[in-house]
Amino acid sequence: MEVGRLPLSASQRGKLISAGYTTLASLSSISPSDLARDLQVPESEAFEMLKVAKLGCGLEQPDKHTAIVNGAQTAWDILNEERLLPRITTSCADLDKILGGGINCKEVTEIGGVPGIGKTQLGIQLAVNVQIPVDCGGLGGKAVYIDTEGSFMVERALQIAEASVVNWSSYSELLRKESQACQVEIQPTDILEKIYYFRICTSTEQIALINYLDQFISEHKDVKIVIIDSVTFHFRQDFEDFALRNRLLGGMALKLMNLGKKYNLAVVIFNQVTTKCTEGSFQLSLALGDSWSHCCTNRVILYWNGDERNAYIDKSPSLRSASASFSVTSGGIRNSASKHKRIRVM
Amino acid sequence: MANKLINQMGLPKSIANVFAARNITTAKEALSLTEFELMEVLDVSMAQVTSAIARISEITCPPYQTVLSLMEQRVQMEHMGGHLSTQLKGLDQALCGGIPFGVLTELVGPAGIGKTQFCLKLALLASLPASCGGLDGRVIYIDVESKFSSTRLIEIGVKSFPEIFHTKGLAQEMAGRILVLRPTSLSEFTESLQQIKISLLQNQVKLLLIDSMAALVSGEHVQGATRQHLLGWHISFIKSLAEFSRIPVVVTNQVRSQSHDEICQYSFQAHSRQKTKEDYKGHDSHLVPALGIHWAHAVTIRLVLDAKSGKRFIKLAKSPVSPPLAFPFNITSSGISLLTDDGIELTGPEINTIHCQGHSDIIHFDGERLQYRAA
Repeated sequence: MEVGRLPLSASQRGKLISAGYTTLASLSSISPSDLARDLQVPESEAFEMLKVAKLGCGLEQPDKHTAIVNGAQTAWDILNEERLLPRITTSCADLDKILGGGINCKEVTEIGGVPGIGKTQLGIQLAVNVQIPVDCGGLGGKAVYIDTEGSFMVERALQIAEASVVNWSSYSELLRKESQACQVEIQPTDILEKIYYFRICTSTEQIALINYLDQFISEHKDVKIVIIDSVTFHFRQDFEDFALRNRLLGGMALKLMNLGKKYNLAVVIFNQVTTKCTEGSFQLSLALGDSWSHCCTNRVILYWNGDERNAYIDKSPSLRSASASFSVTSGGIRNSASKHKRIRVM
Repeated sequence: MANKLINQMGLPKSIANVFAARNITTAKEALSLTEFELMEVLDVSMAQVTSAIARISEITCPPYQTVLSLMEQRVQMEHMGGHLSTQLKGLDQALCGGIPFGVLTELVGPAGIGKTQFCLKLALLASLPASCGGLDGRVIYIDVESKFSSTRLIEIGVKSFPEIFHTKGLAQEMAGRILVLRPTSLSEFTESLQQIKISLLQNQVKLLLIDSMAALVSGEHVQGATRQHLLGWHISFIKSLAEFSRIPVVVTNQVRSQSHDEICQYSFQAHSRQKTKEDYKGHDSHLVPALGIHWAHAVTIRLVLDAKSGKRFIKLAKSPVSPPLAFPFNITSSGISLLTDDGIELTGPEINTIHCQGHSDIIHFDGERLQYRAA
């Protein structure tokens, strides 16, 4: 590996190269004080540089004592971990079924659809459902709701919270008949208190918040879901330079993915749709372009199928393409009432 | 917050100076670069860049609120929990009290259906004293299509609120609170929006009406996607106006006809395409809102006004708080009034389709297909 690829500042890199240290091998056996003399830099700086070089080495030269490749996990371990992963229900059994039990923690799920299909509704529902008490089979976590469009309605959140409280308490009553231990006393206002709401007004604020989330969540460890409604709005306007836009979006997606892994939480991103002209005919597709579509682990598209709302798994490494219907009721997202065959595998 | 200065963020002196020397003065400039780009430009180590970015991000990012505190704040601060009552009982109920503050509400429908009538009524309502259910404030009415009629406004006022409009002087006071702007081009409109921003808070403006948004761009001779992008700035500006002055904003949108090959679907729906085309047979022209999908994402509440079987309907096509309801209405001398306060619940995309009286001969005879289900 070349010195040029190390994450060093440009002047440090320049000094290294001009002093003849072009490969990592040349740095591997030198002491900090020798390097400091050669480069004419303070010893502490030389020490830092060597530390960076050693990290760079670590990536290439495996440490044979601990694992075959540093930082790797075997597929078997990952499988065991995945089995234990908690999922957040959508309150619609059919939708949960095609999602493999709900929205997965540690993953980034993108959900897109036409205006009025129920994206914000689903977002509020998830922010409430993440709080389902552990006794009732939930996560008992808190939610971060990032509103970029101003479409979050407090009244609606209250309606959904009220309906959910009724559901949970009837569920816990069922449990109580079997064992006396379970007791759930939750008020709708308690639910609303556990949703942290951020209102974002520019793309810069959006980037800043994603950077800051790491710190925020380390202070609020019980946050189990981050919802961004929508990622698109600010990035769709006032961006002339599309290459820059894609770089920023890519960086943001990477940070969100790391966040999900680090704190074991689910990330749900909403996206808008746009019309795309392919082969002379117009088609709907999710906004932000092709390079963005690689950024998320799962992609779900909500669409109208006749007079029903449907969800379709467009992309997922582990789930098969399937669609299921759902409906939006006064209490939130629920199963579709129709008698049609509900799940269709494509 | 995007324009906060970096040298006031309490970064270590040395790194703050580096930012200043490279002419990166605001958070916006710093955050528009990736970390590696910053490392190149500033010529400092990765660790320094990361900690500087963390600090800048923390300061730039707005504070959070819990939804509970948000709700309590709204209830305390605002009359009627932040809604402008339309005085149409059924509609108010469905919308939890009326047109909400702080978001965009859109009226869309064919020409002559009553959009302007609705706007006039809302303008009156907002100017009325609070004792009559109004907001007791000024109204800014941006009349792009030159359809505003003061005669009609006063007529609606006299018929619906005789006690006020027959009192001498009050009629003049009410009408005096409605300020009408008539921009003739998009650039003029842009200018007046910027002026409005300043005067909104100072002058007790309680409602902003734009009639209509679509007329602004139809005069600009640009087609397709670029036409939408012309309004990109306006969309976010109007949204932020609504939000930060906490007033209701009502805009109207025209309709245009859509041709067959424009029927939009996702690529994975392709196999069902044939079927859908047949579905539309017989509807030669199919009406859609003039401003397309980009705009539709921006509005929070969409009310579709249309006419079918000789009846006019207000339909709640997009609303986060209400099921898809349709209310039959008619227009009387006192403005819009609902024929019944119980809405008809519609299923599926029917709520979004726009029918027009002129085409109703073709459409309303196959009404059975539309399958109404009573609420």
